[in-house]
Amino acid sequence: MAVAAIGKYEFAPADAIDKFHGAQLLYIGWEDHLLFCAPFAFPFPPSMPFGAIVEQVLPGAFGYHPDFARIDWSKAEWLKSGKPWTPEFSKSLEENGLRHKDVIRFRTPGLTGIKGSCS
Amino acid sequence: MDMQASKKKLGLKERYQVMTRGLDWTPSYQKMEDIYPYVAYEGIKIHDWDKWEDPFRLTMDAYWKYQAEKERKLYAIIDAYAQNNGHLGVTDARYINTVKLFISGISPLEYVAHRGFTHVGRQFPGAGPRVACLMQSLDEIRHAQTQVHSISNYNKYYNGVHDFHHAHDRIWFLSVPKSFFDDAITAGPFEFMVAIGFSFEYVLTNLLFVPFVSGAAYNGDMGTMTFGFSAQSDEARHMTLGLEVIKFILEQDPDNLPIVQRWIDKWTWRGYRVLTLVAMMMDYMLPKRTMSWKEAWEVYFEENGGALFKDLARYGITMPKCAEQIALEKDHLSHQAWSTFYNYGAATNFHTWMPDEDEMAWLTAKYPESFDKHYRPRYEYWREQAAKGNRFYNKTLPMLCQTCQIPLVFTEPGDPTKICYREVDFKDEKYHFCSDHCKAIFEHEPEKYVQAWMPVHQIYQGNCFPEGTDPTVEGFDPLAAVLKYYHLEHGRDNLDFEGSEDQKNFDEWRGMATKNV
Amino acid sequence: MSTVFIALQTNEDTRPIIEAIVADNPHARLNEQPAMVKIDAEGKLVVRRSSIEELLGRDFDLQELHINLISLSGNIDESDDELTLSWNA
Repeated sequence: MAVAAIGKYEFAPADAIDKFHGAQLLYIGWEDHLLFCAPFAFPFPPSMPFGAIVEQVLPGAFGYHPDFARIDWSKAEWLKSGKPWTPEFSKSLEENGLRHKDVIRFRTPGLTGIKGSCS
Repeated sequence: MDMQASKKKLGLKERYQVMTRGLDWTPSYQKMEDIYPYVAYEGIKIHDWDKWEDPFRLTMDAYWKYQAEKERKLYAIIDAYAQNNGHLGVTDARYINTVKLFISGISPLEYVAHRGFTHVGRQFPGAGPRVACLMQSLDEIRHAQTQVHSISNYNKYYNGVHDFHHAHDRIWFLSVPKSFFDDAITAGPFEFMVAIGFSFEYVLTNLLFVPFVSGAAYNGDMGTMTFGFSAQSDEARHMTLGLEVIKFILEQDPDNLPIVQRWIDKWTWRGYRVLTLVAMMMDYMLPKRTMSWKEAWEVYFEENGGALFKDLARYGITMPKCAEQIALEKDHLSHQAWSTFYNYGAATNFHTWMPDEDEMAWLTAKYPESFDKHYRPRYEYWREQAAKGNRFYNKTLPMLCQTCQIPLVFTEPGDPTKICYREVDFKDEKYHFCSDHCKAIFEHEPEKYVQAWMPVHQIYQGNCFPEGTDPTVEGFDPLAAVLKYYHLEHGRDNLDFEGSEDQKNFDEWRGMATKNV
Repeated sequence: MSTVFIALQTNEDTRPIIEAIVADNPHARLNEQPAMVKIDAEGKLVVRRSSIEELLGRDFDLQELHINLISLSGNIDESDDELTLSWNA
């Protein structure tokens, strides 16, 4: 619906991709690990290989959790916008079909957080 | 000449008539729609402004008299409290962090409320609501001022409150209350009244002021107790105004019902999301607790709000749909909020900590369904790690909800193990939400929320560093630059309470207050 | 029937007011909390000027209530003699 207003009401979105100096936003959540209170937001170049995220970025973001070192990435299950999805690690974000402000999540079977509490 | 016998003193109702409506006039050379240009565009139909009646029937002269009396009492107590080093009498220095949260998160809203009521008071053609809005706008600026005066005493001794207004406009989590009020004051006058006057004042402020302020008293903070109750004495009048507005609008025209219902649904949810901060204050930040968030919610929303909506049913108004989800969240809200602030304790203007063993036992007793199962394991792990010198500070920025601007920390209704994700595509852009309700609010007015100043995105756009910062230099530390932009001093204003300067000073000063040195 | 309430600060000003309210509303429940009292009553609660004046021993204007009032609920009707809180449903 349109905003009830006294005149024309149209504004450019505040977070369009051209505002991020060549990067696009990608949100990443780790299922069953609420020790991290929310999914993360990252600015990445679209040409970055997906594998580089897993190898170089995620350890810094999620490495505090004792489960992180136990992850078998070949068994990780991925979701994009809540639907099953399979990334290709050697391909770039763009080639993996990831657009600005996409949200992906991964589940690591067998790893369910501190004492199995999903924390 | 016959002397006119003096008439008997006017009764309350007549006095109110004379001193409000009697002061109004009908314009003769200007058109009504030119004088009140904002009164029609929201679609609310009002046929007879004279049907409005303020149930308190407070006239301006009486208003000044009673407000002056409240101020005299308040400032006498504030002075005595400051003169007597009352801050050293609070239960525990951890308590002072609630005051920091209050001054940076809530007091600036009082000021915006002042502006909002000044604006809508000007816009309503009826003399009754104009006078009531004028009083409320004066109340709101009084609240902002008395809060600043009361809390300035803490600023002399403790960290984190030195630049609260600067903080309010910048710090990531303070965008939650800020954007809430920005949303309200940029709406039309009727929506503002339903948003703030009804949904916030009537349905939700009791939760902010009553249990929390009573809690301040319980923790020995006489300054906060006094400004809190002094403010709340005005709130009783505001709540009455809010209820009167709803009844008046609904009685005027049946077409108003769906518009008002949608506003009530929206603003009850928006307000509830802001109260997330209050939930964690009550359950985690008051060293001595009066009641849990869940208990307060049950008394002030479920019982009292339930009675209110039952009463309004005769106009066709129903309980906001979000109440069902809120009922599911009440066992989880404060814990999820405190976990969030514990995560991001390096980027706050107050200290965070893990509850001690007694406090955990209290949480278990108050939240038997949820605390031990979902939150205790996480807390025990954090506590163990902190004891080993590995205190958790989450340094990666979180994903935010486009509407309420809270990170996506809330879980699926009915499943506290899964984060709730919602998204919408609008004009080739993707937007994300914490809940169905925030999503629905966006979908109704996407053009409004696409403009949101989302702190995390603003940081990544490079807009949250001090002027002249070059983020491309080797070894650039974005968190350090953001803290500078917030005017926070790392290691002093932020981080864990354990080991903080506040903790050290409080212990030392309290020792001096009880011993000869 | 729904509950209405009035919450007042506890101090010397309100002691006779609370006493009068409780006496005039036998169905009301007094709920004491730190620094405040909340008086809950099913359906309706009346605050009567004459009862307060009798306990105070002086004239009392019901609008003086504003000074120590914390919160209330219900529809309000105020006259010179009485303040009534009630729910219609």
